[in-house]
Amino acid sequence: MTTEFFVLLAVLLAALLATVRPLGRYFAWIMEGRPAWAPLAAVETRLLRLCGVDDGEMDWRQYGYALLIFSAIGTVALYALQRLQGWLPLDPQHFGAVSPDSSFNTAISFVTNTNWQGYAGESTMSYLTQMLGLAVQNFLSAASGIAVAFVLIRGLARHSTRLLGNFWKDLYRITAYALLPISFVLALVLVSQGVIQNFSAYQNVTTLEPTTYAAPKLDAAGQPVKGADGQVVNQTVIVPQQTIAMGPVASQEAIKELGTNGGGFFNANSAHPYENPNALTNFLEMLAVLLIPAALVYTFGYAVGDTRQGWALLAAMALVFAVAVTLLAAAEHQGNPAIGALGVDQAHTALQSGGNMEGKETRFGIAASVLFDAVTTATSCGAVNSMIDSYTPLGGMVPMALIQLGEVIFGGVGSGLAGMLVFALVAVFIGGLMVGRTPEYVGKKIEAFDMKMLSIAVLLMPILVLVGTALAAVLPAGVAGLANPGAHGFSEMLYAFTSAANNNGSAFAGLSANTPFYNILLGVAMLLGRFAVIVPILALAGSLAAKKRIPPGSGTMPTHGALFISLLIGTLFLVGALNFFPAWALGPIVEQLSPLPVH
Amino acid sequence: MKHLRPALSLFLLLTVLTGLIYPLAVTGLAQALFPWRANGSLLAVDGHAVGSALIGQNFTTPGDFWGRPSATSPYPDNAQASGGSNLGPTNPALIDAVQARIAALRAADPDNHAPIPVDLVTASGSGLDPQISLAAAYYQAPRVARARHLPLADVEALIARNAHWPWLHLFGTPRVNVLELNLALNALRAKPID
Repeated sequence: MTTEFFVLLAVLLAALLATVRPLGRYFAWIMEGRPAWAPLAAVETRLLRLCGVDDGEMDWRQYGYALLIFSAIGTVALYALQRLQGWLPLDPQHFGAVSPDSSFNTAISFVTNTNWQGYAGESTMSYLTQMLGLAVQNFLSAASGIAVAFVLIRGLARHSTRLLGNFWKDLYRITAYALLPISFVLALVLVSQGVIQNFSAYQNVTTLEPTTYAAPKLDAAGQPVKGADGQVVNQTVIVPQQTIAMGPVASQEAIKELGTNGGGFFNANSAHPYENPNALTNFLEMLAVLLIPAALVYTFGYAVGDTRQGWALLAAMALVFAVAVTLLAAAEHQGNPAIGALGVDQAHTALQSGGNMEGKETRFGIAASVLFDAVTTATSCGAVNSMIDSYTPLGGMVPMALIQLGEVIFGGVGSGLAGMLVFALVAVFIGGLMVGRTPEYVGKKIEAFDMKMLSIAVLLMPILVLVGTALAAVLPAGVAGLANPGAHGFSEMLYAFTSAANNNGSAFAGLSANTPFYNILLGVAMLLGRFAVIVPILALAGSLAAKKRIPPGSGTMPTHGALFISLLIGTLFLVGALNFFPAWALGPIVEQLSPLPVH
Repeated sequence: MKHLRPALSLFLLLTVLTGLIYPLAVTGLAQALFPWRANGSLLAVDGHAVGSALIGQNFTTPGDFWGRPSATSPYPDNAQASGGSNLGPTNPALIDAVQARIAALRAADPDNHAPIPVDLVTASGSGLDPQISLAAAYYQAPRVARARHLPLADVEALIARNAHWPWLHLFGTPRVNVLELNLALNALRAKPID
């Protein structure tokens, strides 16, 4: 553990804190639908009218219906774009069509804000697919998520009404007034630091030293040649050049972080120097990920007329986050004992970061790698700047557990606040049971229908994760994808379904998941993990909005103090640990306790 | 079906806005304001591009500084197939790979008995890491000096001149760019042909 780590953590949280109030107020303005600066307001009115949007508000069913149709259109369009990219422009490397199962997986992955990547960007996707397909869904899936949070906030803030807002208007205002301008500025700052932004073909450079490697010799039909002994014949290949992948990266990188999407332009994601060239871009990318999830919590408090309610949720989030990332830093700073046993220097000194550096970049070291990892798994971002598959066993368990808590520690844009409010309602329900009072939250009574919707929202994810992992573990097609033997292989499968069902998108990336089995199963998990949770949350919002607002009485449990924050954190861990402890025991915990590999 | 028209038309409108106008506007401004960086921070020697300041290259001769090991396929530092090894911490294949890298470093410099800095024997996340820690650079200095027939002090001074330190003790790690360091070495004295 190092002072650098604690300073970096403190500066990150302080920078975030400084943005919460102004950005939270700004989102409240967007949510309330108040007119923008006159010329922009005129454009908004005219464009929405042109699109056939009427002014009226919707009830929860209409709102959900609109959201589902919109997402379905996005999925079909993205699938088609991948299948047709070979015939479309801006494909300088001539990649051709993406396979049907991979296109299906990726289309769902980006529309559900998961951005799980079964494919390798720089060898699969044309520039057109990246920018007109993947980046567009980075915006739209984020906007949809924020819209769902708006509906739940309205449900809590309004009373005796069925109306919860207009999906089309929300979608437009979130994209045009928040996501686009912030992304634009961030993209330019990223370019100023070295993130690329061009449409050139891949660049050939003559390296200082040619690279030689052994490759199987192929015959005219492309089959490996076998010698008399039946072994494949190798030949030495000399590569005098380096071909460097290019593309419009910065514009996609900005919204990838801001929208908690996480799908990298390149296979290595934010570990790639062209996506994340230095410690400053790393810091800005972390801040961009946290920006909107944190601001929306303030928006909630502001909308219900009691900002303390928002601050209480934020305090719970920050507390869990700080503890989790500190554990992660401790695990990774210790390094890998099996490598230490070979006489390698893993100590943190003035001249090196040290620690477990397999899968990590020199410019980030341990502190900036683990902080980035915790930020992107506490939220639903799923971007990585270091390879989680190579983390120490307990180090790898922290991001897994952060996702399995339901991605409510800041969480995804919109979905994080919605998830945290779900847990807040469960916490007041448990609190109500303890003292024998009807549970209520910000003036709303929590009744049987609400609890049913809450239960679906809380329990669906663990079912998807555990059943999916179990299927993969017993079916040959599931086990075939493993890259690492033993308990670590189990962790790879568990992480994959955890990531998919929570719409995170990060991976223990050794798992070969670009197979029909994983593409389809994980695609279904992403779909259900997103929309089968959104629908009960919208129904809950509808039920809450219809209720009267009751003034707090002497029996009301205050939901803004230390007591409630502890109850909320306790509820989170109770649900998370009860669901997942047995699975952790089979994966990371047993790996941590197993003896070192010997040679 | 009254939602179908707004759904389709708003999808088209927002696709044009976020998928065409936005990336093209960023590209235009990026190319006008930061053309060198927007095009990949390429380094040229005598007018020929020799690499990117941000992308690692594979070095194996004793007279050059070696970079981070790279797990890209089918050969190291393949800049169109980024990625890490994804080997788990207890995977015997990881320990084998680390042992092979230790053996190569020891064989190139048999008299150096200092402990090897961890970043020299572990594969980077991107497979394209352009930098090594200062510890890794100083560890290699005696070998490079001997192979280039340079005084050790000159090589160490070169490392110090190219070193990057954490900015404000906060952003970044103590590190040096391997390609830039080797280019500076070449400028100091060409590598003897062996």
